[in-house]
Amino acid sequence: MNGFHWDWAFTWEVFPMILTAAKVTLLATLLGSIFAIVMGLVFALLRRSNSRTLRISIYWVVEFIRSTPLLVQIFFLYYVMPEFGISMSPLATGVFALGLHYGAYLSEVFRSGIDGIEKGQWEAARALNLTIVDTYKDIVLPQAIRPMIPATGNYIIAMFKETPQLSAITLLEMLQMAKIIGSENFRYLEPFTLVGILYLVFSLLAAYGIHQVERRFPKEGFSLK
Amino acid sequence: MSAPIIEFKNVKKCFGETVIFSDFNFKVEENEIVSIIGPSGSGKSTLLRILMTLEGIDGGYINVAGESLWHMPWQGQYVPANSKHLHKMRNHLGMVFQHFNLFPHMTVKRNITEAPMRVKGVSRAEAEEFADKLLQLVGLADKADSYPNDLSGGQKQRVGIARALAMKPSILLLDEITSALDPELVDEVLDVIRNLVKEESFTMLLVTHEMYFAREISDRVCFFDKGAIVEEGEPEAIFTQPKEERTKAFLNAYIGQ
Amino acid sequence: MEFGEIVSVLLQGAVVTIQIVAMALPLAVLMAFSFGLIRLYAPAPFKQIAIVYIEFFRGTSALIQLYWIYFVLPFFGITIDAMTAAVVALGLNIGSYGTEVVRGAIQSVPKGQYEASIALNFTSSQRLWRIIMPQALVNMIPPFGNLAIELVKATSLVSLITIGDLTFKAKMLADTTLQVGEIFGVVLLFYFVMAQFLVFFIRRLETHLSKGLGRGGLHS
Repeated sequence: MNGFHWDWAFTWEVFPMILTAAKVTLLATLLGSIFAIVMGLVFALLRRSNSRTLRISIYWVVEFIRSTPLLVQIFFLYYVMPEFGISMSPLATGVFALGLHYGAYLSEVFRSGIDGIEKGQWEAARALNLTIVDTYKDIVLPQAIRPMIPATGNYIIAMFKETPQLSAITLLEMLQMAKIIGSENFRYLEPFTLVGILYLVFSLLAAYGIHQVERRFPKEGFSLK
Repeated sequence: MSAPIIEFKNVKKCFGETVIFSDFNFKVEENEIVSIIGPSGSGKSTLLRILMTLEGIDGGYINVAGESLWHMPWQGQYVPANSKHLHKMRNHLGMVFQHFNLFPHMTVKRNITEAPMRVKGVSRAEAEEFADKLLQLVGLADKADSYPNDLSGGQKQRVGIARALAMKPSILLLDEITSALDPELVDEVLDVIRNLVKEESFTMLLVTHEMYFAREISDRVCFFDKGAIVEEGEPEAIFTQPKEERTKAFLNAYIGQ
Repeated sequence: MEFGEIVSVLLQGAVVTIQIVAMALPLAVLMAFSFGLIRLYAPAPFKQIAIVYIEFFRGTSALIQLYWIYFVLPFFGITIDAMTAAVVALGLNIGSYGTEVVRGAIQSVPKGQYEASIALNFTSSQRLWRIIMPQALVNMIPPFGNLAIELVKATSLVSLITIGDLTFKAKMLADTTLQVGEIFGVVLLFYFVMAQFLVFFIRRLETHLSKGLGRGGLHS
């Protein structure tokens, strides 16, 4: 029961180390988000393809990714990719796994965002003889983006909160750092609590940020240039 | 003459900045049928909702059946009513809503028996027997086991009336009970009320846009505007010889339709 | 290693996974209802406690909560075994999301239902349990179903505090054999089947519960 009190000296000693690791956490989240948005768009567009077989297979791929654990997907990529001669760093593996997993979730957000565009808009675009690329770029996406912001933001925050799982493949992010500090000093209280507080702070800030982005976003959409 | 069954004294009611009633006075005698007509937003529905304790008041007193509705005596003073007092007072009142508000997860019969059984402790057999009688009255004996979502709007509202009657209120409040209905369904609902008042005497307070119905059924018609009674009197007098300009304008607009 | 052997080892892990789900799910539902209702109806200090619980568990990460309960609580003299830590952490985590499901479903019941139940003079507890809750429950089923699937997925985290669940067995096998593709393929399939089973069960429950509501009339 030696650790019942909070050791401030120890806290200040480990705080910079955890902050350094926070950079890795944030980097993984950032790269993961970019990859997830790209994957989400790809899945969403493929779900609208003309080929029924393709639509159904993408549906099940998305369903499969969404209903299996991220941690197992991380392990899968980490252990199985080298079998195919693809060796990736823990960070790259993590970004790949996060992107794939949340890409599956985001595809549903994007799909319903695109479905939310009135039929008349598609018909008008067709009447104006726009190409399919121009229809998406100039008509559909500018209107669809705003309603997608809150859900997309929430999934990115959710992704951020799942980055500690990357410690399982030795990525030196916040939790892994806290674990190492804890086991070396036989004191887990301060490092784990610090990490918890940092997560809380970051996700509250992010939630606030998303709200601001949504609020500032023009209601009538904007044109993609 | 006995004391009025409903009495509003200097009642004040606001919604935020908006003043609905600033100094409202109003009386209803026992077994009197009073129709309230007037433009929307004039406080007609608020009057009923205050009586049904769905809305509080910001000043004044209301008496129902000789007791204060929103206040209760406590240590020689009147203080705002607690939930027990409100529970007691609600026993006098029943309400039929514009949008029916039937319970969608209960059959028609359960909608009618639930409150008598749970609130008044009536036995199931007795509650069901009375429900059957009420369903007969509203012409829906064959719908007892249906769910509300399988009924037409007019049928739903007839169930709504039966449900309110099941609690045997001495005062019945009807809040625009036909406003949400298609025109061809209005009469089946109004016929129920017509039959009802033929058979039994009720104190009834109704907010309505059906002028011919108000004229035919009421003992008294009140024309409401901007939270005050502009004109009131016997229906024939109000509808044939309105005195106030606002009443005339309002009634002309209706006849014009 | 023979494929059959691999599957049988993994099956042992799957049993542990299912055990954890079976224990954490009731805890999550209990937390969701109690704190969801406190959040809605309780007086201020209790409401604040509920908000702290909800914000804390939703704002931090499940794995950190698990580690905190498993590694930090002993410092306060509370030593619990890995299995209890797992059930408590996952139950509280999923439960915190569940509070919002309960709250949202109750708030989505139309206001007219409250008014009608006041007009019929039901007491406030009758109002909640006889009128509002039966309607809210139907709205809760699909989001609770999704949370149950999230719980199944989250159980994989317990492998990191040395519980021999499905993920743990997979990693153990992967470290000792070379058949990593088969192992993780089978494991993913296991999880997928569990999730699909939940989806099926939830759909059945939803149809069953919404029967009284007249052809899904609540959603129309």
